[in-house]
Amino acid sequence: MISLYTRRKVSNHFWLIMSFLATVFGLFWLAWLLWTLLSHGLHAIHWTLFTQATPPPGSNGGLANAIVGSLAMTAVGMLIGTPVGILAGTFLSEFGRRSHLAAVIRFVSDILLSAPSIVIGVFVYTIIVLRTGHFSGWAGAVALALIAIPVVLRTTEDMMRLVPDSTREAAAALGAPQWKVVVLIVYRAARSGILTGILLAVARISGETAPLLFTALNNQFWSSGLDRPMANLPVVIFQFAMSPYDDWQHLAWAGALLITSGILIINIIARVIQGGGKRAHY
Amino acid sequence: MFENIKSSLPRKVPNMYIPPEPSQRKSSPVMNTPELNGQPVVESVAKISVRNLSFFYGRHQALHDITLDIPEKRVTAFIGPSGCGKSTLLRCYNRVYEMYPGHSATGEILIDGTNILARSMDLNRLRAKVGMVFQKPTPFPMSIYDNIAFGVRMHERLSRVEMNDRVEWALRKAALWDEVKDKLKDSGTALSGGQQQRLCIARGIAVKPEVLLLDEPASALDPISTLKIEELINELKSDYTIVIVTHNMQQAARISDYTAFLYLGKLIEYDDTNVIFTTPRHKETEDYITGRYG
Amino acid sequence: MDATPEIAKVSVIPTDWSDRLFRGTTRFFAYLVLAVVSAILVSLIIGAWPALHKFGFGFLKSDAWNPVTEQFGAAVAIFGTLATSAIALFIAVPVSFGIAVFITELAPAWLKRPIGTAIELLAAIPSIIYGMWGLFVFVPVFSETVQPWMTEHLINIPILGPLVDGPPMGIGIFTAGLILAIMILPFITAVMRDVFEVVPLVLKESAYGLGATTWEVVCGVVLPYTKVGVVGGIMLGLGRALGETMAVTFVIGNAHRISSSLFMPGSTIASTLANEFTEAVGEMYTSSLIALGLVLFLITFIVLALAKLLLMRLTAREGART
Repeated sequence: MISLYTRRKVSNHFWLIMSFLATVFGLFWLAWLLWTLLSHGLHAIHWTLFTQATPPPGSNGGLANAIVGSLAMTAVGMLIGTPVGILAGTFLSEFGRRSHLAAVIRFVSDILLSAPSIVIGVFVYTIIVLRTGHFSGWAGAVALALIAIPVVLRTTEDMMRLVPDSTREAAAALGAPQWKVVVLIVYRAARSGILTGILLAVARISGETAPLLFTALNNQFWSSGLDRPMANLPVVIFQFAMSPYDDWQHLAWAGALLITSGILIINIIARVIQGGGKRAHY
Repeated sequence: MFENIKSSLPRKVPNMYIPPEPSQRKSSPVMNTPELNGQPVVESVAKISVRNLSFFYGRHQALHDITLDIPEKRVTAFIGPSGCGKSTLLRCYNRVYEMYPGHSATGEILIDGTNILARSMDLNRLRAKVGMVFQKPTPFPMSIYDNIAFGVRMHERLSRVEMNDRVEWALRKAALWDEVKDKLKDSGTALSGGQQQRLCIARGIAVKPEVLLLDEPASALDPISTLKIEELINELKSDYTIVIVTHNMQQAARISDYTAFLYLGKLIEYDDTNVIFTTPRHKETEDYITGRYG
Repeated sequence: MDATPEIAKVSVIPTDWSDRLFRGTTRFFAYLVLAVVSAILVSLIIGAWPALHKFGFGFLKSDAWNPVTEQFGAAVAIFGTLATSAIALFIAVPVSFGIAVFITELAPAWLKRPIGTAIELLAAIPSIIYGMWGLFVFVPVFSETVQPWMTEHLINIPILGPLVDGPPMGIGIFTAGLILAIMILPFITAVMRDVFEVVPLVLKESAYGLGATTWEVVCGVVLPYTKVGVVGGIMLGLGRALGETMAVTFVIGNAHRISSSLFMPGSTIASTLANEFTEAVGEMYTSSLIALGLVLFLITFIVLALAKLLLMRLTAREGART
């Protein structure tokens, strides 16, 4: 006969150990993933990755055109997405607040945030690729922008709402018109948080593959511009990884390592900025 | 109704204060005085005249038919239990409540004879004339220098040198210059709480307002910082009309010339501070200052 | 210096129109977001119209997928989507709960942040990396070790037996679900951790004061207090799992059939789109694929709406408490 106390103690220890094991389980996958990337990708990293375009099977080459294409589409996507996200977020935080319109916009933005990225790819395909008659870097950039907008919008609103109303009142009480209160005071107070949101959006869209499949497509060669199909890292990784050629698979692993380390670095920078920002202001 | 208006005004001229300059008396409206046997009892210059002011947060009425005059270059204190409307009344003088939808005021507030509740009132100009300091220090996330210059830039175009002079002048007025003169480029948020509050006062003064509204300016500060703020208020009243909201009755007694007691959104009693704290006429006032509620 | 510098107050530009312009601009972009989402819905409906018109509601129930005869139905893909997401939740929910409990209740203070960050990094890794790792690293290991063992030991058990039947190929519904579980784990963990942290300390202390063990406090105080938030977090994870494309496309096998075994290949809505959309010829084929996209969009929409409702109830309750 086990006493009640012993049974409770044993059950407590059992479940706490399970909780510890769950944590180990989670970290185990992270470690395995990163280990795989390093072991497969590291030896394929070579300076020619950054200088040569993607090769035909069986010959040497790099990922330079895909890297440039990804950077270009991410940059254009952010150039479109950032102002839209920040201004719409400003509306929610400064003007909409508790209004019904703001509640609707917030919900709609969350739909966009959780919408499967492949559906966004289908949408951009029907409105841009079908209209223009061909795949293009622009279409890819627009698809990425649509994914970035809700991320930027959400963080902008959250961060601006952390700025206490008394600060806005203090600025207004000095005779500042509302737009100056927002631009000179609220943006400044929330800037590290907004910057974090932008970085997280960059990290999010630079790894997106699905929305590019039907928009930017891919390009074996250097793209002459954003109005042509455009090489990009995620789709190159996808096609090369699924190919039967060894050298293409090596390039895919190298690309995977590149893109993951880039994204993890951006994430860590974003965290550092946010952490520092929280200590410095508000 | 009559009782209300009568009680809302100081009963007699406090002789111990220097009377305003004759020239100012001419240019400013004479305080609307209560009549006692047909004779005006108060002869002073009213900077702010509130007439039948009611205030609404949406459907909730927070102020009921307030009428009172605030004399020029004096310190007037609003006291009362939490939620009595004293901060609300203060926030009407620069219409800072306009930032929030659903907040509205009816009645009249005359500053130098102009009804500032009028739709045509330019809010930004009004706020250049009426400065405000809040309960918690509100330094902007920028340097000490830029904190001071922020408000000035809203209203004036100054040269670099003029701006430097203005910043120094405001910081000296707020008794902060000696503490910060070597770190004007440092962030305003890095100062201590008491210094931040004086920074906010300096920022308000720098715009050269005529009225200073102080909304519990010392309630978030330690006793020594509080003392400094009180000394500062005493210095400033020779140049500015000061209205202060406080929940600290000793503070009101120490620094104010006139005191208004509000309760449940109504003005119960308004008189010379000495009178309010020694011989209040209303039972509610007496109950409050003797600590029976609030 | 003390003398007031006398400078005439210069009125800068009238501010009314600039305030209106600023407000109008931000409002325009807020409406733009609304317009974009409406446009997505409308364009999907227009694109899906030929298929919906031809097949009607039967589209949802039919398991046909034949580009040659132009007979299409969504049942296989919907089944695959729901099955993989269910497996993902089945694995990810208890694990996330364990991790959240570990971070909030057990870990020493210095370990909380690193573990939280590490788990969040799992969410940052692009889904294509999960797919590659799944196909080239996990699948071989799984098919050589775990899968034969499971088939051998579970095959004779009723109910479980048919689920693990089939050749050990490594790919299939189960593998896709497992990888989805790893991918959504950080999202669910983050929400659970955040809601666990808002449980008032006095509540936990009073339970400990009665002599409760840590586990009893978690089950008796923390979980009941936060259950709505926990369910909301699970819904958000579910939304992710339903729409995930690349990781699933690599490992699910892309077969258009419903099979009783979890170890057999299948397909999801997202993987079907990824594989076939650019190659689809003919209006009906493309339209049916867009109709699949519409179904997926609506499913995630419903899940999100439910999650929002739950979290709204949570905040309403919190508001009532304070």
